Amino acid sequence: MILRSIAVILIAAAALTPLCGAAEAPLRWGADSEGGAPYIFKDPADPRSNIGFEVDLIAALEKELNRKIEFVQYSYGELTLGLERGDFDFAMNGLEVTPDRERQLRLSRPYYVYRLQLAARADDDRFSTLEQLKAIGGRAGTLDNTAASRLLTQLGIATNLYDGQAEPYQDLELGRVDAVLMDLPIAEYYARPNLKLKFVGEPFGAGAYAIAFRKDQEQLARDFDAAIVRLAASGDLERIYRKWRIWNEDQEQLSGDVQTANILADSSQGLTPDKYLPLLMDGAVMTVFISCASMALAVAIGLMVALSRLYGVWPLRAAAIGYVEFFRGIPVLLLLYMLYYGLPSLLANWGVVWRPENVFVGVLAFGLNYAAYEAEIYRAGISSIPHGQWEAAASLGMTRFTTFRRIILPQTWRVVLPPMTNDFVALFKDTSIVSVIAVVELTKQYQILAKSSLKYMEIGLATAALYLLLSVPLGYLSRWMEHRMAKG
Amino acid sequence: MPNQVVLTNVSKRFGERTILQDVSLEVEGGETVALIGPSGGGKSTLLRCINGLTMFDRGEIRVGADVLSPGGDPDAASRVRRKFGMIFQDFQLFPHLTALENVMEAPMQVLRRSKHEARELALQLLHRVGLADRAGLHPRQLSGGQKQRVAIARALAMEPRGLLCDEITSALDPELKSEVLDTLAELKAEGLTLLVVTHEIGFARRAADRVAVLAEGRVIEYGPPEQVLDRPQTERTQRFLRQVLV
Ligand SMILES: Nc1ncnc2c1ncn2[C@@H]1O[C@H](COP(=O)(O)OP(=O)(O)O)[C@@H](O)[C@H]1O
Ligand SMILES: [Mg+2]
Repeated sequence: MILRSIAVILIAAAALTPLCGAAEAPLRWGADSEGGAPYIFKDPADPRSNIGFEVDLIAALEKELNRKIEFVQYSYGELTLGLERGDFDFAMNGLEVTPDRERQLRLSRPYYVYRLQLAARADDDRFSTLEQLKAIGGRAGTLDNTAASRLLTQLGIATNLYDGQAEPYQDLELGRVDAVLMDLPIAEYYARPNLKLKFVGEPFGAGAYAIAFRKDQEQLARDFDAAIVRLAASGDLERIYRKWRIWNEDQEQLSGDVQTANILADSSQGLTPDKYLPLLMDGAVMTVFISCASMALAVAIGLMVALSRLYGVWPLRAAAIGYVEFFRGIPVLLLLYMLYYGLPSLLANWGVVWRPENVFVGVLAFGLNYAAYEAEIYRAGISSIPHGQWEAAASLGMTRFTTFRRIILPQTWRVVLPPMTNDFVALFKDTSIVSVIAVVELTKQYQILAKSSLKYMEIGLATAALYLLLSVPLGYLSRWMEHRMAKG
Repeated sequence: MPNQVVLTNVSKRFGERTILQDVSLEVEGGETVALIGPSGGGKSTLLRCINGLTMFDRGEIRVGADVLSPGGDPDAASRVRRKFGMIFQDFQLFPHLTALENVMEAPMQVLRRSKHEARELALQLLHRVGLADRAGLHPRQLSGGQKQRVAIARALAMEPRGLLCDEITSALDPELKSEVLDTLAELKAEGLTLLVVTHEIGFARRAADRVAVLAEGRVIEYGPPEQVLDRPQTERTQRFLRQVLV
């Protein structure tokens, strides 16, 4: 973890050191090494170092440019942002040449020509093209903010968007999506070796990966352009790509003029409020739904946990204490991953087929997590009801159960409602992390829109307004109820 | 008598402290007994034992045909509660319910009366304690005396043979005490058995058939009011009466 953010790439370091001008600071290369085979990923044999065809390419470029290059870990989705912020000097991470990027950034010559490959489950023969997938109402999965994701959106195919390359294929295997559309190199690494999956149709379309610089880095970009041409001509590129088994005849264009069919319609037409607001609203509806459903679940489970803890026989009481400590003590993020990816494979081992929808898992994870907090609120609330109420009811002949249901619980509601409303407001904001299991709620929708338009501030404010519109009245409601409770 | 209460050698300890020591007491059906004595003498504990809210360590309490005893029939408490209602010093009305609903609750939940029946009965009882016009109010909107009368109506809704009253006027202003004590006097006239813990010596003299003095966990005097209150046998009772009558 110490080397998580900055790992210095020193390939052939001994040979290069005397050549590198001591005065020149190393160039910083921004990329995401999280599960990104074959581009750049953690060496399974030595997880502290990165490998991949881009790592080899960087080594070749170091030699060609006679400059040291060091690696900066950056989340894939934020690379453009990091470049503009100056967190690194260039980004190289399978970034596709798109009209948007060409407009905002200085892109180098292409260093790889890619095609898109559709994959399906091995036993699924319902479609062999995207058009057929759409016709059967199938759902596709792909990486967020890529050419493939934009193509799917354009075609109007229902799509789950992911941050990692492995997850879409995993969901394909589990049946949560019907197809995965990704760049061929990714498909080669993640789908080809998996016997439960198959390639459908030929690779199609063509685009190119380029290195991204800021517009004001023209000189540096030219140096890289020249270096790429030399590497292509010398056969170094072919050697690297063959090593990674991603060489094909498409790459022969690299030394000349690269002709890439533009599979992307121009998405550069401005993303104006009338276009993004409806999408944000959809996200807000999802956020509200997940929050409400999770809270309903938490309030129900919480009550049972609190009752077990207060009145249960000792094993039940111990289980309730364990429940509260466990779910209060682990991050919801962990829970989401375990429930979404872990549980289905675990159950599959025992022959149980259970592949819950991502929204369902989100509700379940937050419901279980918040139930721990609500249980404690209930416990405090129930304990705050004077013992005399129990005795008065008992002396009237009521059983303990009737007393609880008719006398204690209704009074408890009034005590627990304000703190629970507070929790609800917190939950409302917490739900944004369900995006890790491909739920497009308000924050995720914001990320998608902002990344493709770079309007981080404008759309951000609109998103914030939506959150506030929902959470502020809730906050007031909570305080009003507290006030009313205080008056008795 | 079906609503007779007989305590035989009832003892109760809380930890090291003995709260009740070999208490024996007989209350005849229809009789009104005032239970007086110094604070901390065990009066509340005694009433709670009779109502099955507190279990004692030794002895037995017979209410009609039902017997409460340590290790005895666990269902006896609920049968005893059907015969005797209990009224508390601090009312313990259900704050989330109106006066009417407070009275309706137990008949509906315990006796399975229909809502309509329970309502008719509750209105009748509130009328009887002089609170027909307060039926729709919540406890917080009622005065102390009104609250205590709702509590009495609530207990009466279970149609008990008697009531156990624990200092039910102590929390009330002097002018409000009489409205509650008058209600008790009416109930006595209707034949209910009343066991009343009180500091109102005047009420004890006027309304009680017999007076018991409980001090340091023992019944030290038991007899007609004129005997216990005017010619106390023990020095402890004389001292107690001097203190309350000052
Ligand atoms: N639940 C309890 N735990 C421990 N001690 C108690 C409990 N209830 C009552 N006591 C003690 O028993 C004694 C008698 O109390 P109580 O019956 O309330 O007396 P009284 O009603 O005559 O004032 C007091 O000293 C009191 O502190
Ligand atoms: Mg007392």
